[in-house]
Amino acid sequence: MDAPKIVSATSTKFTLPLWLSALIPLALLIALIAVFFVGNPLAIFQSAGLPPIESLTLERIELRPGQFVVTVFNGSPDPLTIAQVTVDDAFWQWDVAPSATLPRFGRAILTIPYDWVLGEPHAITLLTSVGTPFTAEIPVAAETPRPGLNQFLAYGLLGIYIGVIPVALGLLWFPAMRRMGRRGLNFVLALTIGLLVFLLIDTALEALEVAGGVAGVFQGLPVAVFAALLSWLAILAVSGRQSEAERDSSSGRLRIATLIALSIGLHNLGEGLAVGAAFALGEAALGSFLVIGFTLHNVTEGVGIAAPVTKDRPSLKSFIGLAALAGLPAVVGAWMGGFAYSPLLATIFLGIGVGAIWQVIVEVGRLLIRDAEKHGVSVANWINVAGLALGIAVMYFTAYFVKF
Amino acid sequence: MKDLTPLSRRKFLKLGALGTLGVAGAAALTQQNRVTAQEITPPTYSDSGGIDHGMHGDNLTVGDVDTTPPNFDPMKYLTTFDYGRVSTLPNGQTLREWDVFAVDKEIEVAPGIFFPAWVYGTEQHGAHAPGPTFRCTEGDRLRFNFLNASAHPHTIHFHGIHSPGMDGVTPVVNTGESFTYEFDARPFGLHLYHCHVMPLKRHIHKGLYGTFIIDPPGGTSPLGGGRAPAKEFVMMMNGFDTNFDGENEIYAVNTVAFHYAKHPILVNVGELIRIYLVNITEFDPINSLHLHTGMYKMFKTGTRLDYYEYTDMVMLCQGERAILEFTLEHPGRAMFHAHQSELAELGWMGFFEARE
Repeated sequence: MDAPKIVSATSTKFTLPLWLSALIPLALLIALIAVFFVGNPLAIFQSAGLPPIESLTLERIELRPGQFVVTVFNGSPDPLTIAQVTVDDAFWQWDVAPSATLPRFGRAILTIPYDWVLGEPHAITLLTSVGTPFTAEIPVAAETPRPGLNQFLAYGLLGIYIGVIPVALGLLWFPAMRRMGRRGLNFVLALTIGLLVFLLIDTALEALEVAGGVAGVFQGLPVAVFAALLSWLAILAVSGRQSEAERDSSSGRLRIATLIALSIGLHNLGEGLAVGAAFALGEAALGSFLVIGFTLHNVTEGVGIAAPVTKDRPSLKSFIGLAALAGLPAVVGAWMGGFAYSPLLATIFLGIGVGAIWQVIVEVGRLLIRDAEKHGVSVANWINVAGLALGIAVMYFTAYFVKF
Repeated sequence: MKDLTPLSRRKFLKLGALGTLGVAGAAALTQQNRVTAQEITPPTYSDSGGIDHGMHGDNLTVGDVDTTPPNFDPMKYLTTFDYGRVSTLPNGQTLREWDVFAVDKEIEVAPGIFFPAWVYGTEQHGAHAPGPTFRCTEGDRLRFNFLNASAHPHTIHFHGIHSPGMDGVTPVVNTGESFTYEFDARPFGLHLYHCHVMPLKRHIHKGLYGTFIIDPPGGTSPLGGGRAPAKEFVMMMNGFDTNFDGENEIYAVNTVAFHYAKHPILVNVGELIRIYLVNITEFDPINSLHLHTGMYKMFKTGTRLDYYEYTDMVMLCQGERAILEFTLEHPGRAMFHAHQSELAELGWMGFFEARE
């Protein structure tokens, strides 16, 4: 036996207690950091008079009658002082709470009295003590909705129109889908993959765009990628517990439908965020067209959710649950976008959506592959390819209503 | 670093009164020419630099720059002339001598905003942008002993008539080196000096410039060929590109954005006012000065004693200059600013306050 030999070999030597051996690297690390701070051994790299590295993010701009209220975040390595403010290239009066000097990771709220013009763009620039300008633009000026019952309900309704209604309408095709034969069903499943592929690209692009607005220190882009990776792995871990038989049962298919609903829900959360934030930033000027566009755009999502369960007879409760899972996140998104928009949170949610959609594509694809194997045909047959193409095309062309 | 909070708070208290004050101020401005001065409530003004919303809405910087020596005081700069050390040469000619140095210095260009400038200075008047205003009379012998104490090579290039060797393009004066510029002062007029080392854009906009006045000979009587006695102010229109992207973030006369808006220049009603106006603004092709409530006689380059135009608006290219003479007939505040609104709103606006 080898093990006792090893034990006897080590037992002859002096061994440190575990806690001490764990502490030694930490103690050395602290000592080295102390040397850095006290001795500054790398002074050779530092010339005097270099300007500080400054990073200031204008996280949120609220428009109130006769004033802007700007929330700023200091993501630079050192404290930073806001010295002056210009609005539309004019120095302007402002007030700040709690202080014009922001510690690292500190926030401040600036109040700028300004006679902004409804429907026109404005630009706010903050100048730091070394004269570095940080600018945020207001694309279309309109009063920011204040959190109140009416606003809360209005944004909720917005979310329902974007998410719940189209998904529920799409699910109403379920009886029709049941009457289709095997090929018809495969066509609908391929169509579902097509729409999911579109959503994958759309959500990923949205995540990248939102990540750009995240303060540099939070590393928006990696956050989006890691959120996608982790959500994909989490769903994989949950799915991995199921046997092949379970997967092919009606409960297994309902689980796939639920997964589709969940991932579409995450995507709709992103859409709710985008629309809520757009309304809050005054792009409501683009109006009901945008909302109706999203409604049309999202109808197909209901079809996708129902596609895996057409062989079964899910209860009405299941359908309501699926519609809620896919649609209600749009309501939450609209509230967040309207009242508490955070680029970081939005990035995380959109990243999660990307990972979830990817895994759903894999699972629906597996349904098609199994069916093709069972009938001895290629999965890339004309019906499937046509369904996929139609799914992408429908999403692409209905997106004309919501992209500008 | 300054904590701007107390000032902001004071400003905040005034916000409540903003609506009424703003309207009253605008009305006062537009009607000043139509109603007599007695009918207008005189605008409030405190020497402490309190912000007066009535006169310019909220288009102002917040806070105030530190003007305690050795910092730059725009108010003092307006009326400070450096005549040099005066002696007489054996041939009877007046000799004026200056010891000028160039140095790297951080300057405050708007409250709380610090710019890494290169500036000219003399021991007597300190180093700042713009540099000291050198003044002499036509025909004087001028001697500028220049020492470069900056980390970069510089020169002094004077506008005027002199030999190419004294022109300040060559030789380049390196760090720690000296050079003496010597020439006769001619012609009379309003000139300027600036560094002429390449890249010129950088060397000028960093702050290496100043005003150079050659008075006409023969006293100050209008009949004797000189200029009439007047209250005289030097104004250099300049700008600062604080993030070095080739566009100015801040404009002013005499460096500090809105300084004369917060601290109006005091004059008397009816007295002759003379402005030596020089445009050294980098990056923008032109700059201008528009005067409210009055008109001025404009002497292009100041090289003639008869005026070129009677106007309230002069446009100057970079390096161009003009002498403006006027009186204010009404008590109260007379605004002056670049008539390019963008430049005015980014700091190039001020007031004269005429008192009886």
